[in-house]
Amino acid sequence: MAATHIAGQRRQELIAGYSFIAPALVILIVFLFIPMFFTLWMSFRDWGGITPPSFSRPVGLEWYQKLLFQDNIRRSEFFLAFKNTLYYAVGVVPTQTVLALMLAVVANSAILRFKGFFRTTFYFPSITSSVAIGLIFLWIYQTGGILNQTIKIFFPGYKPISWMNDPSGLIHNTLGLFGITIRTAPTWLTETNVLGLTLWQWISGPSVTMSALMMLVVWTTAGTMMLVFLAALQDIPRPLYEAASVDGASWWQQFWNITVPMLRPTIFFVVTLGLIGTFQVFDQMYVMTSGGPAGTTTSLAYLIYRAGFNDSQMGMASAISVLLFIIIFVMTIIQRRLLGDRAQS
Amino acid sequence: MAERVQTLNPSVTRQPGSAPEWVRSLTTLVRYIVLFGFAILFLAPFIFAIANSFKTPPDIAANPLALIPNPFTLENYQRLTQGAANVPLWTMNSFIFAIAVTISRVFLCSLAGYALARVHFPGRNLVFLAVLATMMIPGVVLLIPRFIILKQLGLLGTYQGGILPIMVDAFGIFLMKQFFESLPSEVEEAARIDGATPFQIFWSVSLPMATAPLIALTIFAFQGTWNELQHFLIALGPTARDLWPLTLGLATLRGAGVGQQLDFGLFLAGSLLMTLPMAIVFIVFQRYFVESGSHAAVKG
Repeated sequence: MAATHIAGQRRQELIAGYSFIAPALVILIVFLFIPMFFTLWMSFRDWGGITPPSFSRPVGLEWYQKLLFQDNIRRSEFFLAFKNTLYYAVGVVPTQTVLALMLAVVANSAILRFKGFFRTTFYFPSITSSVAIGLIFLWIYQTGGILNQTIKIFFPGYKPISWMNDPSGLIHNTLGLFGITIRTAPTWLTETNVLGLTLWQWISGPSVTMSALMMLVVWTTAGTMMLVFLAALQDIPRPLYEAASVDGASWWQQFWNITVPMLRPTIFFVVTLGLIGTFQVFDQMYVMTSGGPAGTTTSLAYLIYRAGFNDSQMGMASAISVLLFIIIFVMTIIQRRLLGDRAQS
Repeated sequence: MAERVQTLNPSVTRQPGSAPEWVRSLTTLVRYIVLFGFAILFLAPFIFAIANSFKTPPDIAANPLALIPNPFTLENYQRLTQGAANVPLWTMNSFIFAIAVTISRVFLCSLAGYALARVHFPGRNLVFLAVLATMMIPGVVLLIPRFIILKQLGLLGTYQGGILPIMVDAFGIFLMKQFFESLPSEVEEAARIDGATPFQIFWSVSLPMATAPLIALTIFAFQGTWNELQHFLIALGPTARDLWPLTLGLATLRGAGVGQQLDFGLFLAGSLLMTLPMAIVFIVFQRYFVESGSHAAVKG
């Protein structure tokens, strides 16, 4: 009797387990797992997106060859988007991490008042939709907009920058101050072609417009990351600091030798999130720039969208997706090597 | 978090042999200056946007820095219901999507999380690994295949197509599993001996104890869906205007204005209107936001 009861209960539990998990699993399989493999399959095919996918034509590795190895417009576009995304990530991730850490250290004091106010204010941009923020900043960044007007109040001689329509690169502009332009630069820079772009193009830096988007994103995310750091700061045992100050360690020494090492796992977490997020940047480009001016804000994610849905090249868009997946994967691994090993020890 | 600040930090300020009084006062002053400076930086765009949304378009162009609209007008908000802008309908769609996704995510994620934490069935670890693996997939890589699958299922440009793919969230399952594992299992055991079915135990015993993670999950799901652009752009496409949520509708208004004078009054009014529900939710449930915030940061 008892044995069959237990067996019955086991069977009941088995059925329960599968039926509890089934709905979630079906959704994840249909809309996450299968699509992953679908992308890979589609990257070996030529398809315009209108006929059924089975009508697509197998093309083997053609897209990968065009994107990576053959000298043609597609490769130039792909590596331009790669360059844009790379400058974007390299600019945004360290800035938002350092700014967030700095704000957290400043805010981490028992005697401070208005804590709730600061927390609310700093966090608010990150709960606002990227579309709302994008449209508001599109207005702020106009040539006659409030950003330029505010700067002009403080610097009357300032010549307004057209933030949303300036394709010139920051490093190019800096070199220009020293008289180095595309005309005066050595020919090995302007004529050596690497992966579809000249060396001179590679070293452009983010365009002014891309930098405007980067500032916006730092503004949006720094508050969230600050709260993550603040929570971690409060978990550092106080006696560590007390012992250090008894030994005469300065504030700066305490910061570098206690705070930063103790925060290493959190820094790792914030940088990982930042990298994964920045390499997928899309909304700001869609809402604010449509990838322009002169393609300088076309991110890899925006290129996928444009290739697939504007140019009806679903196969090529899938190939770029696969490459982006590999890039993000490699980035995470490299980053784990650099930061993660020490985080464990 | 706030309680911890109060219990931990006083020891620092009373530290013997630490910096003299005036140095500490100066440090505090610097802290306030930095924090208020950044608070202004974070608030200013919203304040100027609010002020300008109540100005006439010529006034927005001429005096954007004026904080008090003169003349005051609701014209920009009225225009949200005219012409290409169908904001009342888009608002309703945003609510439909956000509510449907939130309810299904809360229910399905807690059900799955509970099964992974408490119910014993073969293949459980494998399923959990699969759920973890999906968290590693960058969303943008799914754009093209999701379009294809929705097309194959005949769901492109339908409410179902907008809702189904984002009905479950691997992070939500993970969150609920972690929580249910932290619960003591004695009460569940007692209910089992009394002959309750696994679903009864889940529904009447375990779920009522999960208020905190459920609120976090609810806020996160609502916020994520309310602010989502990319998925709806793919699932609903350029033609299903009547199904668009606010994000897609407003983003497309910019596209319609390329090459002509952009209607900034309309953008500001629309953006603020879209932000309002999130602002209310944020103010009411502030402390739960911090917990789900670190995950939201992925979206950048």
